[in-house]
Amino acid sequence: MSQTTMHRAETRTGAVVEFAGVSKRYGTHQALTEFDLTLQAGELVALLGPSGSGKTTALRVLAGLESCDDGRIQINGDDVSALPTSRRDMGMVFQSYSLFPHLSAGENVEFGLRMRRVPAVERRERAAAALALVGLDAHYGRFAHELSGGQQQRVALARALVTQPRVLLLDEPLSALDAKVRVQLRDQIRRIQTDLGITTLFVTHDQDEALAVADRVAVMRDGRIEQVGTPEELYTRPATPFIADFVGLSNRLPGVVRHGFAEVHGVVLPLLDPSHPDGAVRVFVRQEDLALAPAGLPGAGRADMSLAGTVLISSFLGSLRRTSVQLAQGGTVVVQHDVRERLQVGEAVSVRFSGAPVPVQAAS
Amino acid sequence: MSGGFRTTDGVAHAPSRLTRGLILGIVGLVFVVPILAMVEFTLRRGLVGGYDLHRWTELFQGGLTGEYKPVLVALGNSVGLAIGTVAIILLLLVPTMLLVHIRFPRLRRALEIICILPISIPAIVLVVGLAPVFSVVARLVGSGVWTLAFAYGITVLPFAYRAIQSNLDGVDVRTLSEAARTLGAGWGSVLLRVLVPNLRRGILAGAFIAVAVVLGEFTIASLLNRVNLQTALVVVSKNDPYTAVILSLIALFVAFLLLMAIGRLGAPRRASRRTPPPVPTPTGDRP
Repeated sequence: MSQTTMHRAETRTGAVVEFAGVSKRYGTHQALTEFDLTLQAGELVALLGPSGSGKTTALRVLAGLESCDDGRIQINGDDVSALPTSRRDMGMVFQSYSLFPHLSAGENVEFGLRMRRVPAVERRERAAAALALVGLDAHYGRFAHELSGGQQQRVALARALVTQPRVLLLDEPLSALDAKVRVQLRDQIRRIQTDLGITTLFVTHDQDEALAVADRVAVMRDGRIEQVGTPEELYTRPATPFIADFVGLSNRLPGVVRHGFAEVHGVVLPLLDPSHPDGAVRVFVRQEDLALAPAGLPGAGRADMSLAGTVLISSFLGSLRRTSVQLAQGGTVVVQHDVRERLQVGEAVSVRFSGAPVPVQAAS
Repeated sequence: MSGGFRTTDGVAHAPSRLTRGLILGIVGLVFVVPILAMVEFTLRRGLVGGYDLHRWTELFQGGLTGEYKPVLVALGNSVGLAIGTVAIILLLLVPTMLLVHIRFPRLRRALEIICILPISIPAIVLVVGLAPVFSVVARLVGSGVWTLAFAYGITVLPFAYRAIQSNLDGVDVRTLSEAARTLGAGWGSVLLRVLVPNLRRGILAGAFIAVAVVLGEFTIASLLNRVNLQTALVVVSKNDPYTAVILSLIALFVAFLLLMAIGRLGAPRRASRRTPPPVPTPTGDRP
């Protein structure tokens, strides 16, 4: 579709967005504290964090839906902090369904163009092209109540993109959808975003979502960014125990740091941060960094990297299996392993550590 | 077992067709009987007995232009007042409610109490307070009938407020207005192109009630010495009860037409606006 090609060419280079020292307070609650973040042109950055961490506030401040108390926001070097929302040139998709109920899908998409006084004929063509982009060109005349949740969010995406905004803002657009649609739409958003090269800020509390689509993920906590990095960096080299705990699924085990190594029930593991001071710590070990073998089997591997235990419960998760093991030394660990390894509840097993470097947190 | 109710596994969930018809019939009678009685009354031939149309024909042959002309003027006054009151609702109440809903949600309780208050104050009490206010109003802008619209604006507040609020609660006004703003709409466009169309039902219901209340209002107009339809009808009825009833019937009919017209204005235009898809390709999933 020629319209789509034109669309792509024009927005090929996205805008650079910069938050500099942005603060926002609601009464006594500090929602954002000295928030710094730069989005490179065409980059998709996910803001990830638990609820109340300030991620939605950051997005709303960028959209101009909330004012910031301090700091400034620049788009391509222009300070937009004082501009009203309507003049910031952004496209936004909301968490709740936000299509105008009195307009058809096509008219919804045309809305932004109408506001920009685009002539009717061109408006219609561009709206049709935008709907085609999200695969809904056959639904031009449908009203919101005639569309499924996933379709509504796709129309909302088309509506946000049709004006060729400088920045695309996605405020948990998938959280109201069911699991299967969520993954489809997630991948579709990523594909369209990459094709158009539009700078995108994606707010989510779902780490799978963030890790799957983002170029970089910024993990937030209490109004601050805890760590920014590629999904791989966050996963393999978490900067803080909070991230180690929040990203991925980890076991927390009591241990001791001695001479740059962590010791858990006698198993010695390398530290992610070897300069960590000696003392009692909590050790984070990922579920996939553990393996199971029936107790006493010669193939169980090095004895000094294993702990004995009994199977508590094992759940089948389709492509993998997750088993809880009661350790002989006390405490339980959860192990993620191949579905073909079937273990009986109560069976004696040995839990083997892969030896991957682990993050630790000083025990309080 | 069913006892007039449709049942699912013996549990009633809706009245049966018969029960519904009965309820509708009884309620309908309450409306129809007085109107039929009025019609019957105007057709009586007095002491002679029997019925004819002579009072109606006499009225239309000369009455309407002569001694009953004040009633026509009063009807005009009342229609004007209804329009004025609706204007107050549309231009003052609706924007205020939206502003409070979107920007100052903490004021919602206060606004609700203020708007509901007039229903607990009898018109006769309201007038005691309004009389000195209207003497000031009369000095400032004259004592035209239209000034009554200010008072009526207050008396219809509770009804209009409830009608609009119930619609407001069912629409995610906040998200819709934010979506419109991110798409480049200023506050004017947000209001006229997004909010009003989605609140049309509530706004219309509010306007309906305002019209109905104003056309039936007697106390305030009478005590403030203004002429509206109801006060004029009372004057006529003192001379000639038959003519007063005929005029009341006509007034009812006019009010009915007026309400129909407003309802027609607000009827959904969806069916005619549905546009066929420009490129009908079998992509996209079904809802």
